[in-house]
Amino acid sequence: MRKRLTAVVALAAMLGLSACGGGDSAGSDGPVSLRMTTWSANEAHLKLFNDIAAEYQSSHPNVAKITFDPIPFESYTTTLTTQIAGGNPPDLAWVLENAAPDFVSSGALLPLDETLRKTDGYGFDELAPAATKLWQADGKLYGYPFSTSPFGIFVNTDLVKAAGAKSPAELIAANAWTWENAVTTASAVAARTGKAGLVVRDFDYKGWDNLSTIWTGWGAQAWSADGKTCGFNAHEMVDAMTFLHQAIFTAKALPGPGTAADFFAGEAGMTITQISRASLLDKQKFGWDLVPLPAGPKGNYSVIGQGGMGVLKKGKHAAVAADFLAFLTNPANSAKLAQFFPPPRTPLLTAATLAKTNPLLKPEQLQSVVIDGIANGVVKPNHTGQAELSQAVRSALDPMWKADADVRGVLDGVCSAINPLLAK
Amino acid sequence: MPVLTDNVAGRAEPRPAPGGTAASPRRRWWTSRRRDQLAGLLFVTPQLVGTALFVLLPLGLVVWYSLHEWNVLADTFDFVGTDNYRELVDDPKLPGVLRSTLFFSVGLVVFNLALALLLAVLLNQRLRGTVVFRTLFFSPVVVSLVAWTIVWGFLLQDNGGVNGVAGAVGLDGPNWLRGEWTALLSVIVVQVVKNVGLNMVLFLAALQGVPAELYEAARVEGASRWTQFRRITVPLISPTILLTSIITVVGALQVFAQIAVLTQGGPGTSTTVLVYYLYQQAFQFHQFGYGSTLSVLLFLIVLTLTVVQWRMRRKWVFHEQ
Repeated sequence: MRKRLTAVVALAAMLGLSACGGGDSAGSDGPVSLRMTTWSANEAHLKLFNDIAAEYQSSHPNVAKITFDPIPFESYTTTLTTQIAGGNPPDLAWVLENAAPDFVSSGALLPLDETLRKTDGYGFDELAPAATKLWQADGKLYGYPFSTSPFGIFVNTDLVKAAGAKSPAELIAANAWTWENAVTTASAVAARTGKAGLVVRDFDYKGWDNLSTIWTGWGAQAWSADGKTCGFNAHEMVDAMTFLHQAIFTAKALPGPGTAADFFAGEAGMTITQISRASLLDKQKFGWDLVPLPAGPKGNYSVIGQGGMGVLKKGKHAAVAADFLAFLTNPANSAKLAQFFPPPRTPLLTAATLAKTNPLLKPEQLQSVVIDGIANGVVKPNHTGQAELSQAVRSALDPMWKADADVRGVLDGVCSAINPLLAK
Repeated sequence: MPVLTDNVAGRAEPRPAPGGTAASPRRRWWTSRRRDQLAGLLFVTPQLVGTALFVLLPLGLVVWYSLHEWNVLADTFDFVGTDNYRELVDDPKLPGVLRSTLFFSVGLVVFNLALALLLAVLLNQRLRGTVVFRTLFFSPVVVSLVAWTIVWGFLLQDNGGVNGVAGAVGLDGPNWLRGEWTALLSVIVVQVVKNVGLNMVLFLAALQGVPAELYEAARVEGASRWTQFRRITVPLISPTILLTSIITVVGALQVFAQIAVLTQGGPGTSTTVLVYYLYQQAFQFHQFGYGSTLSVLLFLIVLTLTVVQWRMRRKWVFHEQ
């Protein structure tokens, strides 16, 4: 009952605030505190956010406090949902791309267009349509895609050299950077150095959506663009998964199930991950490189993961929160955020601009992985009801991770498991 | 409570008011009986308030929620009557979940009680070093559950410590957390080793309460060690066996953190026990209504098992005969 009451009060407060039109009402409310949940507890990230917040507060005395509340990545969406259910929603929240369809379509988030457009110098039209697509419904923007981060392959050049294998850089120069050759190199690293070859980061035989960084090269997809047809038993997917299965169990290019290896601790030759992880390489002693994903049978491709920021409708100060979001993501602050999170603003998406704030990466890496990646990238699989779908796929894919698996049969099983969910 | 009633009964006679005028023919309202009642009430009030707020109210709310379709994100909370219960009956995944829960609970209870009793019997011998072993076996009980489970997660990896030790003695260990049965077994073992110390201490206390002269008499009569154990030890510690079995069964049905950390219900759904399934439904799939329905089911299962165990005690618990 209290939940209903809280909801009614929050709704009334929100209607009141939006009717008064943002800024004005905030003043009459007295000083407010804002809270934003994040999945990054990285000190540098939080310092930047706190600096921007302090600047905002100095010009907005009605905002007494802005806190950034890091939640562990693995349980992020669950914790956020629980906070909302418990009547303690944050005012602003980061939203993962796989939760985006649920958050955007459910009406949990406040539409941002009006606030962003009327903010002086915001440059709303600079936002790349490829980046905002996932965050829109009925022509309205519900989340600001602050991070549009393409997947690339980080290479431990020391390990590759020790294995006497062809490095990805050499293969790129020879125009031979294909999945076949990538697996050959990874396999050599695993066989000759005792370390892991290629690690698909965050996959660990559970986070299957990270495999889209491989199967997209075969033109495969988890489900059709309209989300209604299962793609797991299409021949592209069967080919891609057969290749992956052989890479794991025959070529031993990827560490097998139940084997942990952390690239950033020097335990693997290569890893597929987002370029925003480059900061983890800051103090590494081994030589490293960043290259685009290898070409699949369908040629070159890229895959992007996204993070959005949204304003919770049920938050106590939704209008003030939206105003802060407009400040946090204005062109000047977007440029600052770009050092960690590839921005959705087209003028910032040049190698020269990104190089200024990404000293770890070379301009050609930024061009080939980031800029080209964002322009052509396919977003990781996402669907309404993603959590349930994701669980169903994970559990149906489990029989695949055995040496004698019937790849085709398992993939048919995945479709039988998720078809009822896709039809919902 | 019975003590209080006795006292109250003993003092029920109204006494003349001290220094009062002629005793009124009417009974005084503020009698010592009432005072005792009030004192008793005041003593139990904190507990009652706590139970009402943190046990009964949530319990009632869960039943209430189970009659609703509650989507947190969309902020919908609609009364759907018994729809969730119908979904429960038709849920194709539920039989598998109940099967996993059954295997897990039976495995855990049998393994835990047998090991605890064995350790307690061994540690009940007058031998040197038993204190060290007692501390050793009990220490996991005080370790943080999640930390314990995370460490075991590393040990149980394919290239982890357990298989390392197995390899050292020439055995090729399985990929513990990736096989359906080995994953279930792993979670059971991790949980048993964590908590066996508690039951062990309870058994040890019970064993030490068994009078030595009974064994002496039995020995004189020529009873073997096994007969002594079966005919003397087990009957005399049966109240403790009842207590530990109830605690362990209830604990087994509520296991969550180990599953969440070690297997996330996999591989397949082999370790998706009821608590983990309801967590998925409520907190991951945002189906709080259906999640509540599952918790009502869990509550009924725990309640039934406890009542059955309690009822059966007259049949086999020594002091209840």
